[in-house]
Amino acid sequence: MRNFLARRLMFAALSMIVASMAVFGLAHAKEDPINLFIQPGYFMAPETLAALKAKWGLDKPLVLQYLTWAGNMLRGDLGDSVQQQRPVTKIVGEKWGATAQLAIVAWIFGTITGVPLGIVSALKRGSPTDYFARGFALFGQSLPAFWVGLVGIWIFAVYLGWLPVFGRGSGLPFFEQAKHYVLPVLVLGWGPMAGYMRITRSAMLEVLDSEYIKLARAKGVSNRVVVWKHALRNALIQPLTIATLLLAGFMDGAVLVEVIFAWPGVGRVAVEAVNQNDFMLITGTVFIFTALYLVMSLVADLLYTIVDPRIRYA
Amino acid sequence: MIGHTESTEATAQTVQLRLRNVPRTSWRFLRRWPVVPVVVIVLLATFALFAPLIAPFDPNDQNLRRSLARPMWYSEYYQTDPIGQRLETRHILGADKFGRDVFSRVVYGTRVSLAVAIIAMASGTILGAWAGITTGFYGGLFDELMTRFVDVWNALPFLLIALVVSITVGQGVIIMMVLLIMLTWVGLVRNVRAEVLSLKTRDYVLAARVAGASDIRLMYRHILPGVSNLLLVLASLRVGGLILTEASLSFLGVGIPSRIPSWGQMISDGRDTLDEAWWISFFPGLGIFLTVMSMNFLGDWIRDRTDPRLRQLSD
Repeated sequence: MRNFLARRLMFAALSMIVASMAVFGLAHAKEDPINLFIQPGYFMAPETLAALKAKWGLDKPLVLQYLTWAGNMLRGDLGDSVQQQRPVTKIVGEKWGATAQLAIVAWIFGTITGVPLGIVSALKRGSPTDYFARGFALFGQSLPAFWVGLVGIWIFAVYLGWLPVFGRGSGLPFFEQAKHYVLPVLVLGWGPMAGYMRITRSAMLEVLDSEYIKLARAKGVSNRVVVWKHALRNALIQPLTIATLLLAGFMDGAVLVEVIFAWPGVGRVAVEAVNQNDFMLITGTVFIFTALYLVMSLVADLLYTIVDPRIRYA
Repeated sequence: MIGHTESTEATAQTVQLRLRNVPRTSWRFLRRWPVVPVVVIVLLATFALFAPLIAPFDPNDQNLRRSLARPMWYSEYYQTDPIGQRLETRHILGADKFGRDVFSRVVYGTRVSLAVAIIAMASGTILGAWAGITTGFYGGLFDELMTRFVDVWNALPFLLIALVVSITVGQGVIIMMVLLIMLTWVGLVRNVRAEVLSLKTRDYVLAARVAGASDIRLMYRHILPGVSNLLLVLASLRVGGLILTEASLSFLGVGIPSRIPSWGQMISDGRDTLDEAWWISFFPGLGIFLTVMSMNFLGDWIRDRTDPRLRQLSD
């Protein structure tokens, strides 16, 4: 177990290094990387420019440049946003809460709807309920999230006027604020919910078909106990392991959803950074998301060993 | 004489029986064969191939007099334009802010989606097959490096990487295609590699080796046919997701350049005028949905048909 943990941690570190190299390489696809640190068309005092060059080692060979850059990153200095002239960590830190809140609420929604739906669908295989659930899942995986968001706004916010159009609604009373969450959470949660549903369903079907379930039934164990105790516990391993990965995977979806609903989170910051050519800001967000994903997948692996003792890591 | 009547009665009865079975057999036929997805995909392919013939307008033809013209089923359609003149030409699905015909743009947009599906998927599958077979066959350092690379790539948030690339490298069709091909082949390597690992120890491969077959021959004559099934299933299951990704990139403005009509871009165009002209965003999205849905259906069908063992691949 300790060996496994050490190996996983090493892999996580390695991934971060490769990711940083990739971003660094991308930054140097342009001729002069100094252009990434200053805003085109703006005057900058020569001393400031020199200081900037010295800080990022831009006058040194490429390898040293990378090391300087990586060193700055390691110290938690992700550079300054060109547009806002503020540290990237500060900007991301301010927006972080909104994204995390949205992702967690959508994650809870996806879990508490997707998993039960998968169970019911497996238990009533071939019934109308099963077809309905599978159709719902197929829709979730085929509909473009940004389009569902727009159509949702059009129907529920513009046409019916039941829900607010955009924003997070901070400062409003709880119920009013909750209204702001309805559409973004539904849009962000639908895809993962479909994933949960399909995985739970196939795991449940597989378990229900196994020998020990047949034995339990042959022994005369009641249906309820067979389903809820024997089958479900084993079938839940798979959804549980993807649960953490899904939460991290929300980041891609969050970019789109935050843009559509004008949600003041990190995803929107990233897209705005692209529109303003703010290189440091976007690399900062990429780094933070990557680190988050690596931590999450580590947690997923650990959970896996705890939940399923059959798995042993050498 | 008597015999004759009997036979007609019998025929009439069979005909009646058959007629009674029509709904059931047609339902069975529909469940057995992917009729609806194939019809949708053939329709899309027709749109893409004959776009100039089908589209009533040039997709980039701007005309501010027809700005936000309504779809043809609106009763107000025959009324006058903002200047007070009667509109002559009809827009089947309305027009956007610049007076560009939505239907024509949707028709032309199929070209982008299908091109992505075909080019990115085909090249990605070929690359993925090559990488998976080579790493699985040889093992060693190359295998180790490739596996690590795949793991790292999977840990990177794809949309954000695409945003970084759009800043540093630039935007364009080729850059986007490269990104999508990367996304495709990296996703295939692990599955193909696992299959190759088991195939290469099979007796028939060992026998071929004893018979003196070279590595290249072993890989491409003996192992590749063994994974071709898997490749087909994976490609057909993932192509829908690929089209969605392309649309997402175009929606964010980092995919297809705006001079080429694409569905993702059109949805983004209609965002500002959602309250007065819903049709600009709605129909391209419907196009994406139908395409992706058909591809997913077809993928599921191919998977179930070719190899039930692969059932878990979709999840």
